[in-house]
Amino acid sequence: MLRSEQKPFEEILGYLEGENKVFILGCGGCAQSSKTGGLPQVLEIKERLEQSGRTVTGYSVIDFLCQKALVGSRLRPLEAKVMEADSLLVLTCGVGVQSAAAMVRKPVHPGCNTISLGGSRGEWQGSERCLECGDCLLHYTGGICPLTACSKGLMNGACGGASKGKCEVSPEKPCGWELIYERLKSVEKLDQLKKFIPPKAWNKMRPRPEMLSTSLWALEQRD
Amino acid sequence: MALKNALESDKFTITAEIGPLKGTDTSEILEVAELLKGKVDGVNVTDQQSAVMRLGSLATCVLLVKKGLDPIFQMTCRDRNRIALQSDLLNAHVLGIKNVLAITGDFPTLGDHIEAMDVYDLDSVQLVWTIKRMNDGYDLAGNQLHGNTNLFIGAVVTPTTDTEVALELQLIKMEKKINAGARFFQTQAVYDVDAFAKFMKRAEKFAFPVLAGIIPLKSVGMARYMNKNVAGVFVPENLIDEMAKAKDKTVKGLEIAARLINELKDLCQGVHIMAIGWEKKVPVIIEAAGLENMA
Repeated sequence: MLRSEQKPFEEILGYLEGENKVFILGCGGCAQSSKTGGLPQVLEIKERLEQSGRTVTGYSVIDFLCQKALVGSRLRPLEAKVMEADSLLVLTCGVGVQSAAAMVRKPVHPGCNTISLGGSRGEWQGSERCLECGDCLLHYTGGICPLTACSKGLMNGACGGASKGKCEVSPEKPCGWELIYERLKSVEKLDQLKKFIPPKAWNKMRPRPEMLSTSLWALEQRD
Repeated sequence: MALKNALESDKFTITAEIGPLKGTDTSEILEVAELLKGKVDGVNVTDQQSAVMRLGSLATCVLLVKKGLDPIFQMTCRDRNRIALQSDLLNAHVLGIKNVLAITGDFPTLGDHIEAMDVYDLDSVQLVWTIKRMNDGYDLAGNQLHGNTNLFIGAVVTPTTDTEVALELQLIKMEKKINAGARFFQTQAVYDVDAFAKFMKRAEKFAFPVLAGIIPLKSVGMARYMNKNVAGVFVPENLIDEMAKAKDKTVKGLEIAARLINELKDLCQGVHIMAIGWEKKVPVIIEAAGLENMA
């Protein structure tokens, strides 16, 4: 279980600057339980985006957006609508945003922040990892998390230690920032690399008291 | 001349580097300081270099200030959170240090305390930005300082890379560091002058001084080791051959260093000599490069 909360709508609108058409992705797994990316939230965001003058080319709520294979197979019938959009707005945890970015050659914007539950959740993850930092940066980094893809968790670019594209700390791993560069290049968003990311609010990574001793079951039973 | 004045006067600037040892014996530092006096414009003091625990950069910088040198306080993001980093910036100012060099820092697993927690609360760009803020009189929380810092902010860049993407990333990060407040750059060691020229052609537009890194070669083994293990360092085969054929490796290593300085002289604003154990030979390199009495 990953718990998320929606980003302020103004922040999402900021991400969409210069873009008119957007495709919305939700998730029928954790994001639905978190009430941040289930069908009702996707429809609500769709309406608000349309009110703000955006065209929503389509939307889809996929059960477990963290599963890349599933993302691919579910989006194939909707390919025309997805590719018509300038970008994807993804209402899920950080893993779902990264899965979507890995499967679709479009800029992705995170619609949620993943907040800390303070420990492992038992899910079987692929290479897309989310630290539950509570302030998602995936908009700036082509849908590849710099906190998990870069061994040093650097937010403003490569350390310069990579050798032939491999990480200095873990030579078996690719340099996370080289991956981010290639991804942003493939979606023609290299300008994002010049944006300064200010010091991070690491306190958001601590679980809030009400998030301790919770389970998916407890969250579903609440209110 | 002090580093800032040297760089602002467009003079070809020379900086050297001291790596404190593990322990409290400072005799060698003081000896090197004496030898470097009047020969260089600034002396970097490394901060737990290679993630190996040693005497600190701040204390060593103070020893250099007392000796009449202009130290460059190297600060990595590896070991301190933003509270400790900011406090050490205040400490540095109060103790008479004028220059700071902000760097990311090697990961603990590369050093001698592999079990240590890595911090990286800030990254190097954010650290540059933090120093600028403190120079402007504010801390990261937005509180006003009772007396601001007045530190000359430096940063590093790796000019020679093994992939085009890595070079692009370096240039982008260099620009970010300038926008955050960096006013001079020191580079990783340069051996390939053509590759450095290519980098400078792209970096010229930033119009901030770049000091090219010089590490004198001590042996063929050292050159091969760096090629294999040190990111961003590429010693061309012809230099390795030259070392292999030389009877006196020390003389040859110093000669190559002096020659590189001369070849780099027209490409950038100065050099940063990282002697790594050969600090006492730095005056010889400077003399051989024909730069004596310029400091």
